[in-house]
Amino acid sequence: MKLVALIAVCLTGALLLYGTTDMPNWGDPNSPASLHVSPRYIEKTMEETAVPNMVTSVLADYRGYDTLGETTVIFTAAIACILLIRRFSP
Amino acid sequence: MISPFEDVIIQTVCRILIPFIQLYGLYVIAHGHSSPGGGFQGGVILGASFILLCLSYDLQEIKKRLSQRANVIFLSVGVIIYAGIGIVCLLLGGNYLDYSWLRQILPVDPVEARSIGIFGIEVGVGVTVMAVMISIFLDLASEEEQKGS
Amino acid sequence: MEQVIGKYNYWIYIILMMIGFYAMIGKKNLVKKLIGMNIFQTSIILFFISTGSKKGATIPIVSNGHEGIHRAIEAFQYMNPLPHVLMLTAIVVMVSTFGVALALLLMIYRRYQTLDEDEILRLRRK
Repeated sequence: MKLVALIAVCLTGALLLYGTTDMPNWGDPNSPASLHVSPRYIEKTMEETAVPNMVTSVLADYRGYDTLGETTVIFTAAIACILLIRRFSP
Repeated sequence: MISPFEDVIIQTVCRILIPFIQLYGLYVIAHGHSSPGGGFQGGVILGASFILLCLSYDLQEIKKRLSQRANVIFLSVGVIIYAGIGIVCLLLGGNYLDYSWLRQILPVDPVEARSIGIFGIEVGVGVTVMAVMISIFLDLASEEEQKGS
Repeated sequence: MEQVIGKYNYWIYIILMMIGFYAMIGKKNLVKKLIGMNIFQTSIILFFISTGSKKGATIPIVSNGHEGIHRAIEAFQYMNPLPHVLMLTAIVVMVSTFGVALALLLMIYRRYQTLDEDEILRLRRK
């Protein structure tokens, strides 16, 4: 059983290593991730929201709906912990 | 299960240190606009200060300072602040969570209004994250010990 | 060789991911599986963060921003803020899923008095 697990892990790792040959180099300024969406955020953050920290402005303004859902996720996690563990006395 | 553990050095150091940790947590939340920080990080620091109180004293101490009922209320209040700001924007005529419409009730221009809206969001997130950390830790640490309210 | 030196960060993440993946599928103890899941998530987070880095760029915070900016902000000066945002939320979700998973393990232990997977399956079949 452990051998099967080891073979599966090595196979997955080899496939992923093969996949890295198509990835951009580390720190490449022209990588696809840095070319399309993020320049809009970087250039317009200061004049649109007056917040110097771009991470905060993207987190709470441009993607505020995303963060709302994510706050709801951790809220639900805490409620789930309370319901699972805490004993309620009538 | 955390047993009562009496140590003068640990208790004294933690008692002196915890207010400064909480002050730093508030600073991280409030200064998230222009330095690394924000609601998530500051909330975790605030929660960690309460967990340190619980580790250095015992579980009864933290229940004296912050009751379970108040903790659950904090948990909900954070999400309500967040969603409430969105609804205020909706009532003022904009889209949901479009903070620039807050200019109608605040004496600022739209750009500054977005900045203030972001601050409100950070406070809501910080309160929720603090309460979540304390709640999960207390539930996992106090086995069979507490009675729900 | 060019492939390895230019992309050595991916090798680190893949090795971390393999460790976590092996712990998830190879170990019998449920807590060890959980730790493996955490390592796996950490490697994914590191991978995402590394896609946002640019050589010669600084962190995505405009310096002296509150005094008003009198210069144009170019995209190549600052790192990509998007992976940071996504992973900031992912870390918090990771913590809360970890808490819920620990609570579930606590309930499993209270019921079966063990955390071994085979043991639990054997007790369930009876």
